[in-house]
Amino acid sequence: MDLKDLYRDVIVDHNRNPRNFRPMPDADRHAEGFNPLCGDRLTLFVKLDGDRISDVSFQGSGCAISVASASLLTESVKGRTVPEAGQLFTRMHELLTRDDAQTDPAALGKLAALSGVREFPARVKCASLCWHTLDAALHREAEPVSTE
Amino acid sequence: MNVARASTVTGAVAGRPIDVEAVRREFPVLAREVNGKPLCYLDNAASSQRPRQVIDAISSYYEHSHANVHRGVHRLSQEATDLFEGARETLRRFINARSTREIIFVRGTTEAVNLVAQSHARPCLQPGDEIVISWLEHHANIVPWQMVCEQTGAKLRVIPITRSGEVDFEAFLGLLNDRTRLLALAHVSNALGTVVPVEKFIREARRRGIPVLLDGAQAVPHMKVDVQALDCDFYCFSGHKMCGPTGIGVLYGRESLLKAMPPWQGGGDMILAVSFERTVYNELPYKFEAGTPHIAGAIGLARAVDYLEALGLDRIAAAEHELLEYATERLSGIPGLTIVGTAPEKAAVVSFTVERVHPHDLGTILDSEGVAIRTGHHCAMPVMEYFGVPATARASFAFYNTRAEVDRLVDALQVAREMLA
Repeated sequence: MDLKDLYRDVIVDHNRNPRNFRPMPDADRHAEGFNPLCGDRLTLFVKLDGDRISDVSFQGSGCAISVASASLLTESVKGRTVPEAGQLFTRMHELLTRDDAQTDPAALGKLAALSGVREFPARVKCASLCWHTLDAALHREAEPVSTE
Repeated sequence: MNVARASTVTGAVAGRPIDVEAVRREFPVLAREVNGKPLCYLDNAASSQRPRQVIDAISSYYEHSHANVHRGVHRLSQEATDLFEGARETLRRFINARSTREIIFVRGTTEAVNLVAQSHARPCLQPGDEIVISWLEHHANIVPWQMVCEQTGAKLRVIPITRSGEVDFEAFLGLLNDRTRLLALAHVSNALGTVVPVEKFIREARRRGIPVLLDGAQAVPHMKVDVQALDCDFYCFSGHKMCGPTGIGVLYGRESLLKAMPPWQGGGDMILAVSFERTVYNELPYKFEAGTPHIAGAIGLARAVDYLEALGLDRIAAAEHELLEYATERLSGIPGLTIVGTAPEKAAVVSFTVERVHPHDLGTILDSEGVAIRTGHHCAMPVMEYFGVPATARASFAFYNTRAEVDRLVDALQVAREMLA
């Protein structure tokens, strides 16, 4: 276990300066995510243009992994269609949880920086919280998402 | 963690200081490595480690004397019963209860509180009655009362705390009224380390005829507890925080109250005679111990008591207080670090936040340095809410910790700051 593998430069950068970290009063969809274990809490906002995610932002507080993961998520799903975002979610889930992940990290772009999380099982939920929250926002689940 | 009053610590301490290196050799787990570094275990408020003596007592029981208790006339059942009831007597002496009838073996503090909530409080509560707790409480001393309030229509009243993390005594006096039916209070806060001056709270409650329950999970391992001197009605604690096994703890109850309470679980051992028409419940303490108890747990816990007493609770308190002072001083020197909970009298618990570094990241980075601390809300979410933080990092010390381990904590925190702040 090398810490540098978890806290890569991209992660540290996105934690210090999270992208798309703002409220979105005219969002079409939003959902809340909560990790009771560590108190991570975030709200994800989505604006849709038909089937396409035209804007996405988040707010909240959490550890470096959860903030960086949410920041990277906003950058990577903006402009994608809802099914494309769903496919990305599946791939991220594989990347975070499976040692034998088939996903080519290169295909994930900057999101691949999160692959080190796999070696830290206690932190996988931190990285996946925003993805579950996005999934809830896109599929209109009323209840807040919890990692538990 | 130490809960000695300043006077005991600065004053004469019985005997010589603890030989920490000799003590450490008695705790097998302390010899192991984590991530290639010697384990630095600073999560004692969550659960302490066990000395060889406790582990051996449990193994020896299973290897030589195990059978069910209170049942057979055969040799092993007799031996097991003697060991189990001997453990009860050790625990009675440890907290100075009047009688072993007042020592109920339970799974832990949580079960003890639930037992009192369901068996003492529930039958006597009317809609509009009130239970008083404090803002400092662990969830285990909140939720059982919320449940019984829901069941009976009683109300939960919460004593506020101050910025230093002390229970507001004046506010407490203001909360007492003729509908107050119970006071349930932490003896020592798990999240902040505050030692609550429970004596004056108990005095006021008792003067008004209000029964008092103390959550002693964080107190018992580190200070001499005398339930008769405290004059509380119920006292709850867990084995695993005092070098004993998990899954065993004690509910002390004043005999007159326990006698009046109905059993809370039915089954074997808690009865004298059963027929389909009428069942006669067993006497105390067995009335509250349905089913085969955690025999090995009770034996291990009694051995832990012997261990702590041989070491000397005064010497334990002195050693832990020194660690608390040293840790407080060193941590205060870290830029951006804020200690949460600064009561004048504290157990050896330091809860803190570091600017721009989330506690969860601190936990991971410290672990990579072999340093184990707790991060999160410490099962005390209202405390976190009061201080406006989602979580804190918490280092909690035991008598087997060293100043060098405090230094390792500080060094590891510097690594975390360099990496993330």
